[in-house]
Amino acid sequence: MKKISFIFITLSLLALIVGAIFGTLAGIQYVKPDFLKDVIAFNKMRPFHVSTVIGWIILCATGGIYYYLSNVLKLNLFSKKLAATHLVLFILCAIAIYGSFATGKMGGREYFAYAPIISIPILLGWILFCINYFKTVVKQIKGWPVYLWMWGTGIAFMMYHLAETNFWMIPYFRENFIKDITVQWKSYGSLAGCWNMLVYGTAIFLMSKIKDDENIARGKKTFFFYFLGLTNLMLGWAHHTYIVPTQPWVRYLAYGISMTEWVVLISIILDWKRSLSQEKKEENCMSYKFLMATDFWVFVNLIVALLISIPYINLFTHGTHITVAHSMGTTIGINTTILLASVFFITNRENPTYLAKYAKLLKAGYWIFNVSLGIFWVCLLLGGVEKSIWMYFIDNPSSFGKMQNTLQPYMYAFLAAGYGILIGILMISLPLLSILIKKKNT
Amino acid sequence: MTILVVIFIVYNIIIYTQGTSNNTPLMSEQAIKGEKLYQENNCTACHQFYGLGGYLGPDLTNVISAKNKGAEYVKAFLNSGIKTMPKFNFTEEEKEAIAQFLTEVDQTGHYPIVEADKKANGWVDMKYKNQ
Repeated sequence: MKKISFIFITLSLLALIVGAIFGTLAGIQYVKPDFLKDVIAFNKMRPFHVSTVIGWIILCATGGIYYYLSNVLKLNLFSKKLAATHLVLFILCAIAIYGSFATGKMGGREYFAYAPIISIPILLGWILFCINYFKTVVKQIKGWPVYLWMWGTGIAFMMYHLAETNFWMIPYFRENFIKDITVQWKSYGSLAGCWNMLVYGTAIFLMSKIKDDENIARGKKTFFFYFLGLTNLMLGWAHHTYIVPTQPWVRYLAYGISMTEWVVLISIILDWKRSLSQEKKEENCMSYKFLMATDFWVFVNLIVALLISIPYINLFTHGTHITVAHSMGTTIGINTTILLASVFFITNRENPTYLAKYAKLLKAGYWIFNVSLGIFWVCLLLGGVEKSIWMYFIDNPSSFGKMQNTLQPYMYAFLAAGYGILIGILMISLPLLSILIKKKNT
Repeated sequence: MTILVVIFIVYNIIIYTQGTSNNTPLMSEQAIKGEKLYQENNCTACHQFYGLGGYLGPDLTNVISAKNKGAEYVKAFLNSGIKTMPKFNFTEEEKEAIAQFLTEVDQTGHYPIVEADKKANGWVDMKYKNQ
């Protein structure tokens, strides 16, 4: 079973590197519009980037869950054949998605730009994962810790919301533009909630194992946050569509639900302060370092997320780069740091001495990654402020093209920071890949 | 957990029916054909509707009714390949379909929403076309 987990994780790291390369190439097109325009224009480059980095998150979380179930929790996996079929299906889907973009046969929905038929084998892969997960866990563990609940609900809801992203093919939704765009963004908000369940479940699992304290995953407060996250997954999506003319009560409800996350923020501040004293003790542990980075990114991104969930503020930030800062900050700053912590935990467990010789490289990569992400994030926020001023606070605004030109200084800094993130990712991922490939072959 | 699942099911049914109800007319066959072309060429990578989509190109929600723009303006752009936008090879019929799609999207509402009643509690009452 280890081999299958390692293939999932190896592929995920490759997806992270390739996705970051596509991201930097797309970034060049922001400042040099003719760059690779005839070979791979932005309408193809962006889906290559987006789908590949989503692949990183999904594959790494999945590989980690398979590994933890079999090798850390020591459960007998219900079926290795199902897991192998799941892996093969996802590899075939990745090839099909790239083929769809390369040939231009696209479905063209935001985040799901590939040909819609590919959703069927993807959904099948999730169904196999769901069967394997619940058949493995239900019989062997009584009184689940919160990470098992989080992984289970993440997998189960993922199947529903993945199907929901394709509701646009049903005439009832498609023929009514407002209904279609609302349900589309509802499904995206909930899908992000689903993979957050997988990734945050992994974070809680890691914290409990690193500190060797199972109470972290069983406390009342932990379960309270789990239900809060689940409620947000199910009902809190509509802050994405405040601007779309749906019924007002949908927006009222989303506003109320979104604001419950202030509780999470306050708790993070308190826990963060408390955990600072332990930093020195565990400073050589890369998993711990990445989880500390996660803590920081959760803190700053949650502030932005909460502020832009207030309709008054959302009115001015919606449709600007501030929203991009939020989505990039959460996927790179939060999800990626947790998943890298997970890969470090696994590799360190498999070969504790191997990574020691790369300690300096990894430490430098860690700082380059995080500092670059900080610059990247701030550039997006500033770019968003400029765009918002152009949209709402100028009597006779210039053309869109001229406004874009005023964003150029931010976009150049954004691009440079993007390269910094790529360099950081390479410095961190390549030693991890080498150990995973060696382990896979033994 | 069971209560949450029941809430989820009921909530989804309400969202798919009453929650997303509006007085916008259903899209015509020609507009749906235009939307298909919009999707097949992944225009959303750069463009937005209601601020949702890519950020490299302008939002197209009201491109038809905007001052100095309109269907002819859109059609002129489609095969020109300006800046990052690729040079497409749409036929006249396809250009008409895309313009029709954008015309019918335009009739659904406004974006950006400049006429809004902002409340001290953070709420905003927006003025829509069809509610």
